[in-house]
Amino acid sequence: MKGWDWLATIGGWLLALLWVLPLAYAVWTAFHPSAYETHFNLLAPLTLENFPAAWVQAPFARYFLNTVVLVTVILAVQLVLGTFAAFAFARLKFPGKQVIFLLVLLQLMVMPDVLLVENYQTIRILGLVDSIVGIGLPYMASAFFIFLLRQTFMTIPTELDDAARIEGASLLTLIRRVYVPLAKPTYIAFGLISVSAHWNNYVWPLIITNSVNARPLTVGLSIFSAIDSGVHWSIINAATLMTSAPLLIGFLLFQRQFVQSFMRAGIK
Amino acid sequence: MRREWLYAWLMLLPALVVLATFMHVPAIKTVIASFYSTPHGLRPSRFIGLANYQRMIADPVFWQAMRNNLIYAVIFVPLSMAMALVMALLVQGRIVGRAFLRMAFFTPTVLPLIAVANIWIFFYTPGFGLIAQIRDLFGLPALNLLGTGTTALYAVAAVAVWKEAGFFIIFYLAALQTIPPSLVEAAQLEGASRWQIFRRVTLPLIMPTTLFISVNAVIDAVRLIDHIFQMTNGGPNNATNLLFYYIYRVGFQFWDTSYAATLTVVMIVILSLLALGQIVLVDRRVHYK
Repeated sequence: MKGWDWLATIGGWLLALLWVLPLAYAVWTAFHPSAYETHFNLLAPLTLENFPAAWVQAPFARYFLNTVVLVTVILAVQLVLGTFAAFAFARLKFPGKQVIFLLVLLQLMVMPDVLLVENYQTIRILGLVDSIVGIGLPYMASAFFIFLLRQTFMTIPTELDDAARIEGASLLTLIRRVYVPLAKPTYIAFGLISVSAHWNNYVWPLIITNSVNARPLTVGLSIFSAIDSGVHWSIINAATLMTSAPLLIGFLLFQRQFVQSFMRAGIK
Repeated sequence: MRREWLYAWLMLLPALVVLATFMHVPAIKTVIASFYSTPHGLRPSRFIGLANYQRMIADPVFWQAMRNNLIYAVIFVPLSMAMALVMALLVQGRIVGRAFLRMAFFTPTVLPLIAVANIWIFFYTPGFGLIAQIRDLFGLPALNLLGTGTTALYAVAAVAVWKEAGFFIIFYLAALQTIPPSLVEAAQLEGASRWQIFRRVTLPLIMPTTLFISVNAVIDAVRLIDHIFQMTNGGPNNATNLLFYYIYRVGFQFWDTSYAATLTVVMIVILSLLALGQIVLVDRRVHYK
């Protein structure tokens, strides 16, 4: 190795160590008795007690269920609505196409959570305050996904369309048999983005929920760990890790696919 | 032909209904609401012209939130992007312990911002957190980073950089992999130094990605406020009050919906102008599309 490589390696490691430090410290306290949270001691005894302690102090089971239902419903609807819209934009001719496409793209700038006040009124009129559907509804059409999928659909050779149509396939069959399978990387990439975005979403669910029935993990965690609640830091850190664990583990397992699906989806 | 129109419309309809209900219509209603007063009890909402905007211009908290947001963005956008690029370059090559580096850089981005806030509150806590313990080790006086007006904004901006840099790495990695190795080899044959290759080959080639990320980063600088709720509540004394957080406060703590609408209009205008400006400005410098 040349000198420069050594420098990059050492610099890279220092940066990486600095970068994991906050998380590592939280992990360290979560696995040690609360007596050690104020002073770092390598020989402190390990414990798993903080996790069950956190679990029983707040309805985390319900929060988990709410979040899982929420991200699943949002993703499922986003995929269906997005597929149809993307196909129409990529392959069908109709008047006003450009204008409508621009109107859709506006959402990239003005996301639903920016219009908090008005959207809250709408959800209230619909009678969906404090429901999982109420949290999810504003996000069910994603301009980002429609744009992404349209780009992918446009790269699919039209010869495939023609072949399918000659064999008498309907538009729906064409989409299901040709377009969806060929755009799989885009679906995976967006699926990962959508799930992590809505697993982590906070402000909108905070406003729209007011009970355990619909409250997702993020809101539950913030209530649990409110500074003046008097809960031990080691338990708060355990809860923090617990609520992020599914995404963290999923990400660590599928890191490579995650990055690669992004690249194949053509997000660059 | 007509049938194709019909199919197209049917396919678009569900997505358009959702988009219209939660974006176009509320955006227009927000603008209209900004010209009306907030209804109070028996007093209905009435047209008041530009009064909400006049109030906003005279509102010191609004200006402080704007100033804070500007500082926040000026720290967050370039720093998170530069960190992301450095990290992407590091893990792209054949560095020792690449798997660990990747994990270290990526992990924060998967965590919910609320969880990140918790981790960093603990990290920052005076007398408790690691930073306090390190200061203590060197005999430095205790410092409440989040509770001091002069440091709080930087402390929350650092948290946002930590969280989002990992997300931007993904885009940079994707872009770096599309650079043909032959170009780098050619430059090496010509005797170009590492810096020259980076400056003259890599950087221009990833310019479109840089534009894409910068648009995202700017939007983040306006939208990422979850940690403010958890860490400072906009305090101390509005030192970390950002525009979007202020909108939340006015709209959902003071229930002054018309004034919140007025602030939202400002936010939408800022977001749109920034996006337009960036695209026009950077477009001229994007080569090799």
